[in-house]
Amino acid sequence: MMPRFWPMFRKEFIQMRRDRLTFGMLIGIPVIQLLVFGYAIQTDVRNLPTVVLDESRTPESRDLIAAFENTGNFRVVTHVDGRPALDAAIARGDAQAGIVVPYAYPRDLARGTTATVQVIVDAADPLSSQAALSAAAGVAQVRNLAILSRAAGRSIPVEARVRPRYNPGLRSPNYIVPGLVGVILTMTMVLITAMAIVRERERGTLEQLIVTPITKTELMLGKITPYVGVGLLQMTAVLILGRFVFDVPLTGNILLLYGVSLIFIIASLALGLFVSTLVRTQQQAMQASFGFMLPNILLSGFMFPRQAMPEFAQWLGLLVPLTYFLKVVRGILLKGVGLEALWREVLILAGFAVVLIAASVRRFRKTLD
Amino acid sequence: MIQAAVETRDLTRRFGALTAVDALTLRIETGEVFGLLGPNGSGKTTTIRMLCGLLEPSAGSALVTGLDVTVAPEQVKQRIGYMAQKVGVYEDLTVAENLDFYAGIYGLRRGATRARLADVVAFLALGDRLGQLAGHLSGGWRQRLALACALIHQPALLFLDEPTAGVDPAARRRFWRTIHDLARAGTTVLVTTHYMDEAEQCKRLAMMSRGHLIALGTPAEVAAQVGGRGGTLEDAFVILQERDER
Repeated sequence: MMPRFWPMFRKEFIQMRRDRLTFGMLIGIPVIQLLVFGYAIQTDVRNLPTVVLDESRTPESRDLIAAFENTGNFRVVTHVDGRPALDAAIARGDAQAGIVVPYAYPRDLARGTTATVQVIVDAADPLSSQAALSAAAGVAQVRNLAILSRAAGRSIPVEARVRPRYNPGLRSPNYIVPGLVGVILTMTMVLITAMAIVRERERGTLEQLIVTPITKTELMLGKITPYVGVGLLQMTAVLILGRFVFDVPLTGNILLLYGVSLIFIIASLALGLFVSTLVRTQQQAMQASFGFMLPNILLSGFMFPRQAMPEFAQWLGLLVPLTYFLKVVRGILLKGVGLEALWREVLILAGFAVVLIAASVRRFRKTLD
Repeated sequence: MIQAAVETRDLTRRFGALTAVDALTLRIETGEVFGLLGPNGSGKTTTIRMLCGLLEPSAGSALVTGLDVTVAPEQVKQRIGYMAQKVGVYEDLTVAENLDFYAGIYGLRRGATRARLADVVAFLALGDRLGQLAGHLSGGWRQRLALACALIHQPALLFLDEPTAGVDPAARRRFWRTIHDLARAGTTVLVTTHYMDEAEQCKRLAMMSRGHLIALGTPAEVAAQVGGRGGTLEDAFVILQERDER
């Protein structure tokens, strides 16, 4: 069976090891990406710089502002004396939120008429303004309930207690880091194989290679197999860093995770092979790989929840392997579920791998035209 | 009748509107050193690539060691060696690793490999260079390595596409001695060249221009074709080509 696979594999392995720059990048990129994404992608908006205009300057108003700060969403950076100064601070970007406590606030509060507080939010960034808006509403609500229940002499009638499972701290890294495993594998595996074949074409070694009796399958499998090990190494690096730098839990069966990742790695390598049959130069290979990568990242639910997408985009998302892998990797790492919950995704990933390899072998020609 | 090493009939290859090789009919006998001459773009490389199964003919047929290349390209590939114009050795592998790789790809068995590698290394005097990266070799040595890789499976027929382009004169001479050694041992060699002194060393020649043959025969016969005694091969080459292009 495939006697020429091993020489091909050995050759590819030696070349990979000898190419220090590429090899270093293969291990370095995941680490850098993890740190960048892990720290930068924080969908939970906290510590919004806030400017305060307190016209009343009373214990009640200070109490209220402290309540805002205690939500963790607002961080008071400066106090101002007038409305123009407040607007200017937000316009300059020194602050992204402003709290205005009117002169009448303590008086209204004492009289029992509705006391108003104004919260101004820089909504140019919808994500952070949304967090600010709901936090502000929350502050008011809590105050209202406290005051009303005291007045009524009874406790509040209904309270919804939300218990966030699987990620009780609602931490972004728990969501992002497992996804990053998939994103990094997609990026590097697709690119590396797409380049590997095209590079041989450009250097003229492919011509020498296809004039030998090597079969297309031996050539392709020998070419991608060494990178399976690289993929597993990358994944290990991300998981270890995720565990110790970002405290991402490793809840489920790690062996199962590696098993499924192996399938996903092969599918990604196969996608790279397929790309290599579509292009002629390394430049094109790189562009095409990025072309395949972008939909993977955008549609898979890595950054934006798929449920929020229009139906058409959700449909498209089903066509990229990363969508399935994300479900598996988050399922295993965060929820600790096993094969009984994930077998469909695993089968689909295996299907991607088989179909893409077959398509690449079919498309590859052992001729120069 | 002895089987021809190569036998083509009306072999044709078109690239879009361009006909690179136009109804080429050619017979190369087993064991001869056959030269293919012609200016750039005359169809030499395309011809060789078709004979190696690297390009599919648009029309016509080609038998290589008795096998039809379009029907059994993989069997043909096991019997031929090929050295492309752009030497295709792996620059980031050592000489020994390149040889090992091609020995494996041509399916040499472990035991046989060792003996065969030793033979090839001795034949091309590569012994001192085994540990060097191919990318660090000079043009002449790189070309020897490429030849060694092409010879590792003892092919009956060797295709050399401008093997000595960019190689110094001493290395060129050495290379041609090697070619003659191979021919003496029974290997058929088809070589393309620009150099007249190399063409003189072939047993027979074919001159090509714009995809078809303009002369065929021994060097002496071709030189005599343009009449005029004492005409050199170079004269014949230039005159025949000009005549064809008119």
